[in-house]
Amino acid sequence: MKARHALVTAVMACAGVIQAVAAEEAPPGAASCTGCHAASVNVDTSVPRLAGQDASALVSAMQAFRGGQRPATVMDRIAKGFSDDEIKAIAAWFATQR
Amino acid sequence: MIGLRSTRRQFVATAAATASASVFPRPLLAQGAQPRIVVVGGGFAGATAARFLKRGDPRLDVTLVEPNPIFAACPFTNEVIVGLRDMRAQLFGYDRIAAEGVAVVHQAATAVDGQARGVTLGDGTKLAYERLVLAPGSDLRFDALPGYDEAAAERMPHAWKAGDQTLLLRRQLEAMEDGGTVVMALPALPYRCPPASYERASLIAHYLKTRKPRSKLVVLDAKDTFSMQRLFENAWQELYPNLEWVPVSSGGNPTGVDTAAMTVSSDFDTYKAAVANIIPPQKAGHAAELAGVADRTGWCPVDPVTFESRLVPGIHVLGDAAIAGAVPKSAFSANAAAKICAAVVVRLLRGDAPAAPKFVNTCYSLAAPDYGFSIAGVYQPVNGQWLEVEGAGGISPVDAPRAFRSQEAKFANAWFNTITSEIFG
Repeated sequence: MKARHALVTAVMACAGVIQAVAAEEAPPGAASCTGCHAASVNVDTSVPRLAGQDASALVSAMQAFRGGQRPATVMDRIAKGFSDDEIKAIAAWFATQR
Repeated sequence: MIGLRSTRRQFVATAAATASASVFPRPLLAQGAQPRIVVVGGGFAGATAARFLKRGDPRLDVTLVEPNPIFAACPFTNEVIVGLRDMRAQLFGYDRIAAEGVAVVHQAATAVDGQARGVTLGDGTKLAYERLVLAPGSDLRFDALPGYDEAAAERMPHAWKAGDQTLLLRRQLEAMEDGGTVVMALPALPYRCPPASYERASLIAHYLKTRKPRSKLVVLDAKDTFSMQRLFENAWQELYPNLEWVPVSSGGNPTGVDTAAMTVSSDFDTYKAAVANIIPPQKAGHAAELAGVADRTGWCPVDPVTFESRLVPGIHVLGDAAIAGAVPKSAFSANAAAKICAAVVVRLLRGDAPAAPKFVNTCYSLAAPDYGFSIAGVYQPVNGQWLEVEGAGGISPVDAPRAFRSQEAKFANAWFNTITSEIFG
């Protein structure tokens, strides 16, 4: 009985550790973005970083790419593959990244 | 150490069996264990997976097995071949990956036991794993094109793996007398990064035009259609009267080589080459055969949600080696899929169901150093295979002005800097 109690406590403690240390999982589609939009600030690129950007600005940009209102080379083609809900989730995730 | 671990694992497994009715039998992470993940192959897919597994849950015990201490990246080696780029710009080390807590072992995998879940290395070390991520890349088939074996590749380079072969083809082009004919031979699909073969043709034609104006390039192709074809053909028409593309319907199918005579044969003709670049048919890298995850096509069928092999449970196959439906064998997709797979593996180890993934592929090609274009696609699993989301993706506009091409050439360079930074930086 005592051993089982200790196990339960240990499991709960570990669950807390997982929350604290593991990176938050990217929503569907988001992991692809950093192939071109650098996660690091130390990359020689003219493509804007997404990490830490305002979520509503990212949503507006994606919707404008998707609707053809914003000039693009490739983002118009990519944005067409995402729904509003997906775009919002991706934008909210990048807003929390640093 | 090993004894301690297996004792703990046994204990954890017992606890899990009583505590959880999950369909995933061993939610190791949820029970506080330190599951062992072995990643075989340190290219775009494998190195990404190793790094993002460790980031996904720092308590994972992640080992990256890669024989080469330095990675030579293939994208942009076409620029190296024609003297526009230094090979050193292609080389990356594993120090930063190791610094994040991944054990990097510079050995070859010599055996994989999917039943006992263990990998044997060249020095005899045995690594046990709970999950194996296999990213063996592609191997060239030296039994597919008559006359083209490993020895022939020293005379007629493939340059389809970055490194000595890249520099060999470069030296041959440099040494060729003005007026010599360059012959390229391209295989049928599937193979690694097909657009790169047309980019190479373009850049070799660019090199000949500027450095060997009396020379020409003949491209013998086992295909009639290819990715970004209209964009390439428009560029060739505009820039390269010295480039002759011979598709399979015009007799272009390569049927053999003779290195002594320096000839390349096709269905209809035999071409005398001053320099020959032979890209032979390909198959999944050797480790896929060791693990028994390749099917009769030579490539590896996988579940599109988990990237787990359909042939051997517990092994996830990434990168060029995997059969991924509509997704091309590109560095971009290898990296993107590896990040998704890393998250999936963490979920499985926690006993959570994998989330439905979605990802983007973008491939840039250069028709000239300042003339770039792209193909993009958005992919998601439908009925057990990766399909492109309809209405999205596609190629750069066919009628775009040169400023647009120049902008995409800049983005191509930026992409390389970004993706290699994410993986190795």
